[in-house]
Amino acid sequence: MLKQTELTPSELRDSKAYRDWGLTDEEFQMISEKVLGRLPNYTEAGLFSGMWSEHCSYKNSKPVLKKFWTQGEQVLEGPGEGAGIIDIGDGQAVVFKAESHNHPSAVEPYEGAATGVGGIIRDIFSMGARPIALLDSLRFGEPDDAHTKYLISQVVAGIGGYGNCIGIPTIGGDTVFDACYQKNPLVNAMCVGILNQADIQKGQATGVGNSVIYVGAKTGRDGINGASFASAEFNDAKDTQRSAVQVGDPFMEKLLMEACLEVIHDHRDVLIGIQDMGAAGLVSSSAEMASKAGSGLELNLDLVPQRETGMTPFELMLSESQERMLLCVKAGAEAEIYQVFEKYGLDAVTIGKVTAGHQYQLFHHGKLVADVPVDALATKAPVYYREKKRPSRLNHQSHHQFMPRIVDATGTFKQLLQQPTIASKRSLYETYDSQVQTNTVVKPGSDAGVIRIRHTDKALAVTTDVNGRYLYLNPRVGGEIAVAEAARNIVASGGQPLGITDCLNYGNPEKPEQFYDLDESAMGIARACQLFNTPVISGNVSLNNESNGEAIYPTPMIGMVGLIKHQKDITTQDFKHAGDAVYVLGETGSDFNGTELQKMLTGEIAGELFEFDLVTENQNQRLLLRAIQKGLVASAHDVSEGGLIVTIAESCFGNGFGVNLKSTLPSVDFFSETQSRFVVSVTPEHQAAFEQLMEPYATYLGQTTADDRLLVTTADQPFDVPVSFAKQLWEGALACRLK
Amino acid sequence: MRVAVPVFPGSNCDHDMVNALVDVLKVDAVLIPATETALTGFDAVILPGGFSYGDYLRSGAIARFAPIMQAVQAFAAAGKPVMGICNGFQVLTEAGLLPGALQANRSSKFICQTSELIVTNNQTRFSRAYAPQAHIQLPIAHGEGNYYCDDATLAELRANHQIVFEYADNPNGSTANIAGITNKAGNVLGMMPHPERAVETILGSTDGLGIFQSLIAHAQEVSHA
Repeated sequence: MLKQTELTPSELRDSKAYRDWGLTDEEFQMISEKVLGRLPNYTEAGLFSGMWSEHCSYKNSKPVLKKFWTQGEQVLEGPGEGAGIIDIGDGQAVVFKAESHNHPSAVEPYEGAATGVGGIIRDIFSMGARPIALLDSLRFGEPDDAHTKYLISQVVAGIGGYGNCIGIPTIGGDTVFDACYQKNPLVNAMCVGILNQADIQKGQATGVGNSVIYVGAKTGRDGINGASFASAEFNDAKDTQRSAVQVGDPFMEKLLMEACLEVIHDHRDVLIGIQDMGAAGLVSSSAEMASKAGSGLELNLDLVPQRETGMTPFELMLSESQERMLLCVKAGAEAEIYQVFEKYGLDAVTIGKVTAGHQYQLFHHGKLVADVPVDALATKAPVYYREKKRPSRLNHQSHHQFMPRIVDATGTFKQLLQQPTIASKRSLYETYDSQVQTNTVVKPGSDAGVIRIRHTDKALAVTTDVNGRYLYLNPRVGGEIAVAEAARNIVASGGQPLGITDCLNYGNPEKPEQFYDLDESAMGIARACQLFNTPVISGNVSLNNESNGEAIYPTPMIGMVGLIKHQKDITTQDFKHAGDAVYVLGETGSDFNGTELQKMLTGEIAGELFEFDLVTENQNQRLLLRAIQKGLVASAHDVSEGGLIVTIAESCFGNGFGVNLKSTLPSVDFFSETQSRFVVSVTPEHQAAFEQLMEPYATYLGQTTADDRLLVTTADQPFDVPVSFAKQLWEGALACRLK
Repeated sequence: MRVAVPVFPGSNCDHDMVNALVDVLKVDAVLIPATETALTGFDAVILPGGFSYGDYLRSGAIARFAPIMQAVQAFAAAGKPVMGICNGFQVLTEAGLLPGALQANRSSKFICQTSELIVTNNQTRFSRAYAPQAHIQLPIAHGEGNYYCDDATLAELRANHQIVFEYADNPNGSTANIAGITNKAGNVLGMMPHPERAVETILGSTDGLGIFQSLIAHAQEVSHA
């Protein structure tokens, strides 16, 4: 709980208490001397601490984010609004964004994860879109110690608890385990929505005299100054930080969502703007709405619906109580809006109005308690150009690829199937409702989740991806691969990649070696996005993911959406019939640094990352998509962690088919993680056409069978195991580890 | 046939039900707010899945007091068909229209998967389209789907052939593998699985169609009688 006694401006200056809120001495000085020309009072300093936090201002990452490619003719709304928007034709558009809730989830995993989901949903419906899918990208420590197991079970329960109740299907995501995330788990949630382009909303407050209406849950003392908390580095005293975590109520949000969508659709003529009260709560939503419109704003804090008594202006403005939205409505139309919210049993109160000029003024108990330039809060945070230094870990890498010695290929394969990162995540995703809204065509567990767009022939493919190990070995190439893998998953599902959102999870940017990782990987992401024509339309930055000085692997989560133009093109990874031809598309090298095999056999990730070529990647993706669109492909599965043998096995598992394959490769290369590859199955009738199209990029391996046997003959020892047994190992491993 | 689908605050399978009925089965179906007090002009009522009133207190416990429920009681008493799916089933047991109760799954976790069901009674107005003892695949998605009733009630359910659907591989710990039951009169059905999620090939199963087709066939007989 924060102290109730407020310091005077000079006490605040002298005690430097603002440091606890994340403001630096230089920033405080800048506010005093350059922005206000006087010392800020307690409330004002609080407003700046929230708005100038990394979470709200991107002060450390702005120079990096500028490198992203955000253009593309399909983009209707790029970064800057609640979420980005992409044209999908027929007057419709897809809206999506991802957000991290790493720090809250580390201290209070259930609520941290739940409110992460709740927050990203609000970002989507505030744009006027109906949310149609959720995804979650999770990173935990090795699932061995009790605390990690607790984090996993609570985070998963929190995600399900929120998404299931509000009625949005969780259709995908990815979960990876690595020791570097043990004290700093990553919880990134992505939401996808769909709208008619005529309904697109913006978070703005224009027109002097127009009303600012607060709707939704009452404000309490939860999550106060959470944005600053989320932007800070962890230490072991974090248990004292639990009160900075918000508490979610998905039932409230369901009502709020329906009410807001009703206002957006049926009261468009009086609605000026709408915005989620997310990070930094009321101050962030109101200041951003005014600043974007070039307006001033005044709020009467006595009118803010309050759950607790005696709340101070500081608390009211910086509370991150959930399930609240801010609307700007034409003066005189307030009652019309109240009526809608009343129907849903929700508070809707006019708390202020748009003013002439550019001041942001707060009144409390009849007194002016804050009076600052609105742009100073919303857009004038300092921007830091951080020092960049190549990390020493990259300077001492071995130039050689790790060369595993495989004594027993089948045994190694069986062991690999049981690694937590490879093993089936069914026991986790089965607790999420993946089918509500009855549009889910491809459920979790495939390369990408697929949802059809009702009353059209279209569908959307959605995925989240990033392999932090690759970025640890080479941040730039690892960044390229993250985008490439996401695109590969979309293409394998029959989709054309449209665009990405991201959660940039990194360590402390004030450390030059950490900033190097951020900056280099952003360049990799940017290059790949341009090549795949997948602009970055939204995203979020989570820095200071460190615990006691140790950073996580650089982990820029890529959330990608693709358009499947015809539902007949929807493709899954499972083999469909016995007797189909099996191919691998793309070349296989001996690439073992950063692989699951290296981790399993040596316990570490080391050496220079293997070669990766974006042009080859793009060419192979285009080839596969063309083959799918021509109707030549029965199944397609991207080759990722665990290599070719794991990919083949996963394709067998879905429908229980076997394979009889033969390769000139040595068995060890079946574990290589060379990028740009797919395992594809083709019915005999399409084999000739497929081969003609793919020549010389696809290699024939053999056939699917009706037998319960996975048999792959290699240059040395074969892989030979009953499919049902391998599946049992793969399906049971994680559930067993988590018990 | 005209079907009412009451919407409680927190219902989230309401649109799915109407879409299945209107788009796929070409039946007239409409959403009505739970604040309505009459069901005039409707031939059937289907209480949809979701989290009515946030499932606060206990799933279905608050929804039973919604204004529409008095009309549903009267509708059922008049012998007209009433169905409750998932949360709708929970509401029907709370309202006393069906015996027993739904408790937390044995695993204490929410489960979303495809379940194999056995149609143990194909002589009801909700299940006549199925072959005797047919095995069908329907999605389940619930945290509190573990059906419970005492031995006397179970004996009564069996004696009156009120058990319509049983799980082949009991996913939630339900007494006697029960997935769906009717009332004694046979005009009220409650079931945890979601037939409205299994009416289109593209979504993976069409095994739910039989329930709606049975209901439609029965309604036609009634109107022609």
